[in-house]
Amino acid sequence: MKTYNLEETYIHKFDPIETPLGLETKDLQVFYGDNHAMYNGSLQFPKNAITALIGASGSGKSTFLRSLNRMNDDIATVKGKILYQDVDINASEINVYEMRKHVGMVFQRPNPFAKSIFNNIAYPLRKAGMKSKSQLAERVEKSLVQAALWDEVKDDLNRSALALSGGQQQRLCIARALAMNPDVLLLDEPASALDPISTGKLEQALYDLQKHYTIIMVTHSMQQASRVSDYTAFFHMGHILEFDRTQRIFTRPHIQATEDYISGNFG
Amino acid sequence: MRGIFEDELKRLHGKFTEMGINVSEAIYRASKSFIDHDKALAQQVIEHDEEINEEEIKLEDEALMLIALQQPVAADFRQIIIVLKASSDLERIGDHAVGIARESIELKGEQRVPEIEDDIGEMTNNVRSMLEEVLDAYVKEDEVGAKQIAIANQQIDKAYANVREKTIEMMKQDSKVITGSASYLMVASYLERIGDHISNIAEWVVYNKTGHLAELTPDHHPEEN
Repeated sequence: MKTYNLEETYIHKFDPIETPLGLETKDLQVFYGDNHAMYNGSLQFPKNAITALIGASGSGKSTFLRSLNRMNDDIATVKGKILYQDVDINASEINVYEMRKHVGMVFQRPNPFAKSIFNNIAYPLRKAGMKSKSQLAERVEKSLVQAALWDEVKDDLNRSALALSGGQQQRLCIARALAMNPDVLLLDEPASALDPISTGKLEQALYDLQKHYTIIMVTHSMQQASRVSDYTAFFHMGHILEFDRTQRIFTRPHIQATEDYISGNFG
Repeated sequence: MRGIFEDELKRLHGKFTEMGINVSEAIYRASKSFIDHDKALAQQVIEHDEEINEEEIKLEDEALMLIALQQPVAADFRQIIIVLKASSDLERIGDHAVGIARESIELKGEQRVPEIEDDIGEMTNNVRSMLEEVLDAYVKEDEVGAKQIAIANQQIDKAYANVREKTIEMMKQDSKVITGSASYLMVASYLERIGDHISNIAEWVVYNKTGHLAELTPDHHPEEN
């Protein structure tokens, strides 16, 4: 396997006045016991844009993503700052459940509840205190429209979510995350279990969503990263080696390791 | 993501057509400047070529970006390739228009031959019609129309051979017309080359439609006509 100088990095920095940020991490480090899994996680995520996190398995990208809404709290020690609207959401006093309403997450495998399509979205809303039927119906419809699923399910919202196809289930999970009105949406390989047609629909939905949300997405698909994202971060062995506009990364990356990875000449 | 790719592609084709119209205008103005001995107009053509060159660079840049980011295959891939290749032909046509404009500037009141200037005027009209037709075929993906344009180019070759023959004959008979006739030869030669580039674009239109790279005028030897 080729070795790369992990000190050689190119991390694009934004002026937050010119480019408003949806989320920012400062020196995020993750430890699984003694295992130092993530080192220098300092990234700025522009608001209303899609950032793709790419890298080989074990490079730290999923660890990094899951840390962003505190999914690693029980299994790892996460040091450093995660700034959302100038608040460090990695601080111990933060109410994690409240924070997750702002920073939603969609997982690799679709995980709908064993409930109707309607209740998959309405259930968490009810739990959060929403009682009005009309409000619930409105929010369910809006979320399904945003996730580009409404037209396919609107005629039978009482159908079990488990009867939907994998691609539809994944968009339902996105709709469920959107129902809480988050600002930031985290996606962990959202299309890895989907066929190309479902993937296309999901990517189109993400592209439309980025107008209103800050989206951070882990993907193993180079094509997906290049097609969908505005910015790309390349992870290697727990280090972020490069971060820049996707069109720059996929045409003239600054770092040899990035070049090798995206062109398949890696390892 | 299809929708986004298609929008981008549509925009790219629109820019290509716009560049084609600009190039057609450059041919017209260059030829007019030559026939009218209008040095100011010739200078405008030369200066305007910079814009055409920039248009080509922008088109190439956007096409390369689409290839890198969207990684198109099959028909999508061909569509982008033809923009890349055909815009390069358009840019060369622009250079030939500049060549004609330079001849206009270098003309110094040499003895004029109206008959040959008429021939050059007609060649200009014909290559412009061909260019408009090839742009139309490009937009409509009209393979049959494109093939006809390539056949029409043989008429341009014949017209060039005709001008060449006439000017050589004149030069033999009257040494006073040699300098001016050399310009006629150069301009006719530029127009002939423009016809070839238009033929190339026609070939790209065929490639786009069929996936086959074809030489539409394989016996093309204008100097032997």
